[in-house]
Amino acid sequence: MELLIKEIIGKYNYWLYIILMMIGLYAIIAKNNLIKKLVGMNIFQTAIILFYISIGYKKGGTLPIIEIPHGHHTISPESIDISKYINPLPHVLMLTAIVVSVATFGVALAIALKIYKEYNTLEEDEIRMRLRGK
Amino acid sequence: MIDNHVFPILIVITPLVCAFFVMGLYWVDKRLCLPLTILAISISFISSIITLYSVLTSGTIQYKLGGWPPPIGIEYRIDLLNGVILVIISFISLFNLFTSFNQVSHDFPEKKGTFYSLYLLFTTGLLGVVITGDLFNLYVLLEITSLSAYAQIALGDKKRAPFASLNYIFIGVIGASFYLLGVGYIYMMTGSLNMGDVAHLIHNLHHSQAIFVAFIFCIVGVWIKMALFPLHIWLPNAYTYAPTASGRIIAPLMTKVMVYVMIRLMYSVFGIDYLFNTLHISQSIIYLSSAAVLFGGIMALSQDNLKKMFTYIIISEIGYMVGGAWLGNKTGLTGAILHIINDVFMTFALFLSAGNFAWRIKDLSIHNLEDIFQKMPWTSTGFVVVALSIIGIPPTCGFFSKWYLILGAIEAKQYLFIIALILSSLLNIILFFRVFEKSLFSSKPHVMESKETRSYNLIEEAPANMTIGLLVIGAILILIGLYSGKIVSNLILPFIPKGL
Repeated sequence: MELLIKEIIGKYNYWLYIILMMIGLYAIIAKNNLIKKLVGMNIFQTAIILFYISIGYKKGGTLPIIEIPHGHHTISPESIDISKYINPLPHVLMLTAIVVSVATFGVALAIALKIYKEYNTLEEDEIRMRLRGK
Repeated sequence: MIDNHVFPILIVITPLVCAFFVMGLYWVDKRLCLPLTILAISISFISSIITLYSVLTSGTIQYKLGGWPPPIGIEYRIDLLNGVILVIISFISLFNLFTSFNQVSHDFPEKKGTFYSLYLLFTTGLLGVVITGDLFNLYVLLEITSLSAYAQIALGDKKRAPFASLNYIFIGVIGASFYLLGVGYIYMMTGSLNMGDVAHLIHNLHHSQAIFVAFIFCIVGVWIKMALFPLHIWLPNAYTYAPTASGRIIAPLMTKVMVYVMIRLMYSVFGIDYLFNTLHISQSIIYLSSAAVLFGGIMALSQDNLKKMFTYIIISEIGYMVGGAWLGNKTGLTGAILHIINDVFMTFALFLSAGNFAWRIKDLSIHNLEDIFQKMPWTSTGFVVVALSIIGIPPTCGFFSKWYLILGAIEAKQYLFIIALILSSLLNIILFFRVFEKSLFSSKPHVMESKETRSYNLIEEAPANMTIGLLVIGAILILIGLYSGKIVSNLILPFIPKGL
């Protein structure tokens, strides 16, 4: 039991992202309304963004902006303690991933609109029924 | 004289920049869209030929984007494998413009600018996925490709295409996200995103659980995108209902480029040692791909719509390539890579012929194809060549890659895979002869030639550019077959990693 708690508390960021991801996946698979599915898809992508953000974080770390002491012009790389600064690279990568997910969401909404104009409904089972009836 | 080192970036950047101009140019003058698109893709075609030539003469090329040295900056890395695939992608993309410009004007009279812009973005994405040596850059370009593919598919058949495209989005996003997650785990363990650098760092991490998770996520993500059975569910509808002009380019290129990505990840990132000595999953993956080969064939047999039948053939062919790549020997990998090259042309020709038939007969059900040989003799000739190539009859190219795959399977003692390959050839024979039977022989009794029946026999071909396009690709299929020995020894064997 103690071991289990340690596993959960010690790695809570991974647990959280997995839970979020599963919520998203559940919505994509199980929901009937296309817009709800799209929201699920967005949650799914957000979970991965959170995963990336959390792997860049360090305990007690701060923004990776190096302050040059007063009176100096440069600072030698050896004197910087990298454990004090969080890793900015995963965060920068996620800016791109956010753009991708927004673009995907936009395209998907546009297509959903097109479906709505054709069928006057966004419920998947009704659309499938209509397709089969043809 | 332009410096030789500019060409790798020109391949990707020209269509990307022109994609925006084409959109704007539409408002200035409609007629300028097509020439600009042709110009953009021609520049990347010529650049990729020059790049391939310099790879052949002086070995792997590295291009540093923005001048940053590789592990920090993004690197374009062109070796023989992606050099060849770059030439093929830009060729198919350019050639498809020639064969389908009148189809585009017919389908989208008011949306030409948008269509060509999407077309260019799709080409950019594919070229970028192939050329890049950076794992995250690959993800971004993969999404550019996918997004433009979703949008193009949604432009197709009014009733079914948007729904098919939306289903493709749901599954495609899951695939891309899995890949992204895998890259995250790789970054966590190695601190690098450059393929060469990661391959170097991964050597000491072979027994790490996180690397195993990364591997599984990356590979499954790529499998979803390439529609390996049982992750294929999005493919048949999306490709069937796509508009003719874009179905012709999406169907042959998208899945094959994903197979390339899988081979790149397997052999240039994770490494042979990890794949076949640390992991023990190659056996089950070969079972899976044998199942894919058979499932694709059987499902194709049960289709009535010609285009849908072709989409199931794609699923079957994906099984060939995945199986070949996982056989774990030189012959198998050679077969897989040769089959990527062949299958791009075969699928392209299949969809060209489907498009030509659809130009005359709106509904592509097989029973509608009666007497098509008399009505469209040239298209049918092209179709027969492709069919023979897919069945695998020499001297068409399909035979040679299948031959390498079977030899590789015998070498690896994978008898199930051999059986699947041979059975699939037999299934393909039944598949195509069913179509031939319908199209060669008329079920109507032959009345003596009277004036009414004479008009029935008139030739009604598709436009000349489409027909010629199909015949040229048919000739290329035979040429690749005849020169496949040279292709293997000059382009494929030098790539095969040592130790396989």
